[in-house]
Amino acid sequence: MTQLALVIDLNVCVGCHACVTSCKEWNTSGSAGPLCDENPYGLNPTGTFFNRVQTFEIGQYPHSETLHFPKSCLHCEDPPCVPVCPTGASYKRKEDGIVLVDYDKCIGCKYCTWACPYGAREFDEKQRVMKKCTLCVDRIYDQSLAEIDRKPSCVKACPTSARLFGDIHDPESAVSRAIREDGGYALMPEWGTQPANHYLPRRKTRVKIHEDELERADNPLKVDGQLPKPGKGEPSMEDVSAW
Amino acid sequence: MKPAFSVIFLTTLIGVGQGLFLALFTHQSYALFGLLPLQADSFYGYGSVLSLLFLAGGLLASFFHLGRPERAWRSATQWRTSWLSREVIVLPAFMGAVFLYGAAHLLGIKPVLPTLPGGHALDPGIALGAAATLLAFALFICTAMIYACLRFLREWHTPLTVINYTLLGCSSGFVLAAAYAAVAAPSETGFFGGWAIAITLLALAGRAASLLRNARLKPKSTLQTAIGIKHPYIVQRSMGSMGGSFNTREFFHGKSAVFLRTIKPAFLLLAFGAPLFLLATGANTPALLGVAFILQYIGLLAERWFFFAQANHPQNLYYQTIG
Repeated sequence: MTQLALVIDLNVCVGCHACVTSCKEWNTSGSAGPLCDENPYGLNPTGTFFNRVQTFEIGQYPHSETLHFPKSCLHCEDPPCVPVCPTGASYKRKEDGIVLVDYDKCIGCKYCTWACPYGAREFDEKQRVMKKCTLCVDRIYDQSLAEIDRKPSCVKACPTSARLFGDIHDPESAVSRAIREDGGYALMPEWGTQPANHYLPRRKTRVKIHEDELERADNPLKVDGQLPKPGKGEPSMEDVSAW
Repeated sequence: MKPAFSVIFLTTLIGVGQGLFLALFTHQSYALFGLLPLQADSFYGYGSVLSLLFLAGGLLASFFHLGRPERAWRSATQWRTSWLSREVIVLPAFMGAVFLYGAAHLLGIKPVLPTLPGGHALDPGIALGAAATLLAFALFICTAMIYACLRFLREWHTPLTVINYTLLGCSSGFVLAAAYAAVAAPSETGFFGGWAIAITLLALAGRAASLLRNARLKPKSTLQTAIGIKHPYIVQRSMGSMGGSFNTREFFHGKSAVFLRTIKPAFLLLAFGAPLFLLATGANTPALLGVAFILQYIGLLAERWFFFAQANHPQNLYYQTIG
C-alpha cells in the first residue's frame, strides 16, 4: 500500500508563496480546466486555489516569532469528505492514497467541505464543482517528463526545499525518515482523520558552551592564553636565538 | 456555517409536508379503530395534495443548492455511505407514497384487502398510508443525520438534531392540519389542535435542550491543534489571500453577534410561543389557525437559519485574519 504525501518543514519555509503560484499555474493549465478567478484585477480578487500559505504570530512582542504555514489537502488516510459525497465524485485512490474529485460527477452540493475540518476544498464558482489539491496526479506519473520533474509543482517550486514528497508507508523513504526523525506531526489529530501530509516543527539550534570550554584547562603550550609581555631590559628574541 | 436559503426552505417545507401527512394518517388510524368519525375520502385526499405541494416546494428549493443541478440524479448512488444520498432516495419515495395514498382516496379505490379481527376493513389507502408513515420518519432521520453525522460540527453532532428535526416538522405539520381541518372538517379541528399543542411543547423542550447543550460546548479543535504549535498565544496575521475565498464565504454567517442574539428569542417566540398561544386560547377559526401556521413557519425559517449560523466549523481557525 502506497500513500503519497507531502511533508512540509515549517523550520525552513520562508513564506514566499512560490508553491502557491506554481500550484495555481500548473493546475490552471491542465486538461481538467482552469482554476477560475473572479475580479482578478478588481477590488476584491478571489479565486480557487489548491494551496495557501498562511502566516501566524506566535508569542507576544517582543518574544514573538513568525510562522509561515502552507496548507493544502492533507490526503487523509481516513478522509471524512469521501463517504459523505452523494455521487461518488469524491474518492480516495487505492493505489497511491490520493484523494481526488471527479469534476464530471460532482454536483456542487458542497457537503464534502462541511465534512472536512481543514477547509482544504474550494468551490469553483465558475465551473460550479468542488476542487482540491490533486498532488499533481497529472504530473507525477507523466512519463514524458524527466524523472526529476515527476513531483508536485509546489515541491519543485520551493526555493528552500521545505516541501518533501514521497510515500509515507515506505519506512525507508525520505518523507518517512523526516517524519520519524525530525518530529513530524499531523494537524488536528483529535478527529482521527489520519492526515497523510505531515509537518515538521520549528526547531531552534542552540549550542551550550561552558566557561571552561572557552579556555582550555590543559593548555601546555599556552597557545590560548595571553603571553606575558617581555620587559624593556629582557632579552629579545634576537638576543637569545642562535641565528 | 453560512445558512443557505435553499437548504432552509428544503428542510422546513418538507418538514411541514411530512408532519401534515402524519397528522392525516394519525386521524385515519384513530378513525379505523372507531375512536373518531372517519372523514370523507376527499378530506384525506386533498390533505395529501396539500402535503405534496409542500414536499414539492422543498424538492424544488433543494435544486437551488446545487452547483450542477442537471447532474442531481447522480446523488442517489452512494446510499451505502452518504446520508445525503439516502435523503435523495427517501424524499421521492415518500412523495410517491403520499401521491398514491391521496390518489387512492380521491379516486375511491377501496377493495378490501384483509379484515381486522374487530371488523375493520383494510383498504389500499391504509396500506399506503402505513408505508408512507414509515417513509416520513425515515426521511426525518435522513435529513437530520446529514447534519448530525458530521462529527466536527459539534453543535449538530447530537441525537437532539434528529429529535428536533422530527418534532419541529411534526409540530408545523399538525398546526397546518388544524388549520386545514378548520376549513375542511371543522369538527376535527380540536383533535389536530390538541396534538399540535402536545408536539409543539415537546419540540420546545427538545430545542431548548439543544440550545442549552450548545451553549456549554467547548471547542475540541484550537489554533494550537490546527497548526500543531504548542504556545498559548497564537494570532493569525494572514490567511493567504486578500479578497477572501470560498472558505471565508461558506463557513461564516456574516451577521453581527447582536443579530444572532436577537434571532434566538425571535424564533422561540414565533415557532413555539405564537402557535401555542393561538391554539391554547381556542382559536378554531381557519383565519386564526392560518395565522398560527404562518407565524410558526416564519419562526421555523429563523430557527433553521440559527441552526446553521450557530455551528462553528473548525476550518474557521485557519481563516480569521485577512492580511
